[in-house]
Amino acid sequence: MKNSQNFINQNYLTYVHYNSPKTKEKRSLLRAFWVGGVICCIGQGFRYLLEFGLGLKGDELSGFVSMIMIFLGSLLTGLGVYDRIGKYAGGGSIVPITGFANSVVSPAMEFKTEGYIYGLAAKMFVIAGPIIVFGVASSVLVGLIYFVGYLIF
Amino acid sequence: MGVLEILFMLFKVFVVGGAICTLAQLLINYTKITAGRILVYFLLSGVLLQAVGLYQYVVDFAGAGATVPISGFGYLLAKGAIEGAKEGLFKAITGGITAAGMGIASAIVFGYIFALIFKSRSKKN
Repeated sequence: MKNSQNFINQNYLTYVHYNSPKTKEKRSLLRAFWVGGVICCIGQGFRYLLEFGLGLKGDELSGFVSMIMIFLGSLLTGLGVYDRIGKYAGGGSIVPITGFANSVVSPAMEFKTEGYIYGLAAKMFVIAGPIIVFGVASSVLVGLIYFVGYLIF
Repeated sequence: MGVLEILFMLFKVFVVGGAICTLAQLLINYTKITAGRILVYFLLSGVLLQAVGLYQYVVDFAGAGATVPISGFGYLLAKGAIEGAKEGLFKAITGGITAAGMGIASAIVFGYIFALIFKSRSKKN
């Protein structure tokens, strides 16, 4: 009796080991793919809307598109919708710029109880801070390298 | 611009944007890199790819599929810095943050406002 139970347990464990993680991982890849793709298509939709509707171009166009996407990302995070999307889509919701907005609003809401300055305003940058630090620092580095390059060549 | 052209463009946006997100999901599944680090790595790869002039091709091909992911934010920073560098030292330094200014400003302003208005729901889940 005990042996057969062990056998069933063993069988079950190997079954879980060989089946559940893989299918789960494959499914998560598919989810990240389609949700990420749809978010980018929404961005492209706003791009067309501003380009053909308001006649915006170049930097202005891309600037206002990212503003709209960040607005939507923050709003959906506030409403609690984005976290649900995140649970479903994983990387598909983290990587788009809406995920950047989510990473700003989510900890800020969480730590609001610690005050509006050292709670809310400080915790906004728990995840976004490193992105801004490395982004700005690397852009300065690239700018300096190109500046020196233009001087020499 | 015809409807077919727009639909084909949206298809390219979907595939490229989806592929970049799937790459992040692969890192989440098969490595122990946390989400915050993945964002930094993707941003830096956007900066690096544009610094060598490659990311522009992806943007020309896939539009928002390349600019909406966080690597597009890196692309914008590097592009601004490179364009600024043509005009002198001052703009070489400020160019990146100027180009990314809209994104940073709206993230801070909307972030603060919405965090002020809404309450955290994490305890209910």
